[in-house]
Amino acid sequence: MAMFSQNPVLDGPNYSFAEAPTVRADGFREHRFNPYTDNGGTTVAVAGDGFAMMAGDTRSTSGYSINTRFAPKVFKIGGSTSSQEDANILLSVVGFAADGEALKERLDAICKMYRYRHGKPMTVNACAKRLSTILYQKRFFPYYVYAILGGLDEENKGAVYSYDPCRAGGAAASLIMPFLDNQVNFKNQYIPGSGVGHALQERERKPLPRSEVESLVKDAFDSAVERHIEVGDALQLMIITKDGIEEKILPLKQD
Amino acid sequence: MPGFDFSNYNRNAALHARGVPLPKATSTGTTIVGCIYDGGVVIAADTRATSGPIVADKNCEKLHYIAPQIWCAGAGTAADTEFTTALISSQLELHSLSTGRKPRVVTCMTLLKQHLFRYQGHIGAYLVVAGVDPTGVHLFTVHAHGSTDKLPYVTMGSGSLAAMSVFETQWKPTLTKEDAMKLCSEAIQAGIFNDLGSGSNVDVAVITPDKTTLHRGYVKPNERSQKLKNYKFARGTTAVLNEKIITKDEIGKYVSVQTVEGEQMEVDS
Repeated sequence: MAMFSQNPVLDGPNYSFAEAPTVRADGFREHRFNPYTDNGGTTVAVAGDGFAMMAGDTRSTSGYSINTRFAPKVFKIGGSTSSQEDANILLSVVGFAADGEALKERLDAICKMYRYRHGKPMTVNACAKRLSTILYQKRFFPYYVYAILGGLDEENKGAVYSYDPCRAGGAAASLIMPFLDNQVNFKNQYIPGSGVGHALQERERKPLPRSEVESLVKDAFDSAVERHIEVGDALQLMIITKDGIEEKILPLKQD
Repeated sequence: MPGFDFSNYNRNAALHARGVPLPKATSTGTTIVGCIYDGGVVIAADTRATSGPIVADKNCEKLHYIAPQIWCAGAGTAADTEFTTALISSQLELHSLSTGRKPRVVTCMTLLKQHLFRYQGHIGAYLVVAGVDPTGVHLFTVHAHGSTDKLPYVTMGSGSLAAMSVFETQWKPTLTKEDAMKLCSEAIQAGIFNDLGSGSNVDVAVITPDKTTLHRGYVKPNERSQKLKNYKFARGTTAVLNEKIITKDEIGKYVSVQTVEGEQMEVDS
């Protein structure tokens, strides 16, 4: 039986369904290390006239399993104590939860150091630039997160900054972003009867009131939960105004 | 020569060593269960269909008809479960007509396993087969590669572990119909809430010696919440770039029209 004389040699080329080949054609053994995982979830941020709103679901997943139904993704940053009572900046992180935690801790420490050295809180603008630098420093071993920074600028207008790998971040970003484009920026909306064909006038963009944005974000998440398996359990809403930061937890579907 | 053909083994090993990945096994995003009780059998399923992380269908049917008293719950590749059960249903109907007897659950299970084994697992159907026939009440599982089990309670799919945990803590040898329905629906709900591949509603089928009752949407624990805002657009919001009206008289310019004369074709009423 010629067939059996060619049985796989120990340590020779073999194949399995579970693993990628470890031996290349040229005989070199390639070792690999996978430090990242994806914990799912989605975050959204909207800037208004006198406020900025950051939202995220609280589900943490790995594969088809739920790690926990309550793991907040939006954090207060840069308060003078760990209670963050006087914080003026919000940071949301979605993607690899461990990197998100590490990034949050690092940026918080930087904001605190700034407060001690200068005797005043860091502005959102300054913090946003600093976060950009932190992320780029790890250009070739990145923090595996979609970060959004939010707060009020010097004129008390809402400001949100999104960081590459991009405003709504995470698993269901592709589901929510087109909705937000249409409902917040009024994309593809024209003023009825204002012209013919291309001459139609675009609907004018104006900042939405806070209650409107809250409803919009809740509706966006309810819809994302319907069609994305990694989004659900609860919605964490953080609203920053000149009076401080307000937090709300609303229920989402749990299936 | 009978037996297995290993002639591709060396080729596959060589290809893999050169970096060709082997096909990934398809994950079965589903929870399906079955449980026998004193006088019949209950099967149940969730109603979520997924493609990757996206929910493709929020209320699909995973309980398939095979014969009036034999039903099947399917997990795995949707097309495979649908077509395999339909094929075997047809074969079983013809067999029952030619023998003049009621179809048996073992016959159904044997046809399924022989069909699936022939395709070496490439037909991704994972089934729970249940039914009542002249020989009694039966409950089986059939895996895509052709192996089968006969047990008093069974679970399958990605939510099978969550569902089995319910059976292992609550199952008892004597159950009433109501007990079995409750147990199965709770097992499915464990899958719905703890397995991301499963979700939405619970479908239940109860098979007794005299009839089968399908409870579509037996439990609906995941109704969509009311939208807070109204998303109706004012008429004229969308730009009309081009408008062309084709009247019925002009339609001949675009498609060929033939008027059919004579008697109407015979169709089922």
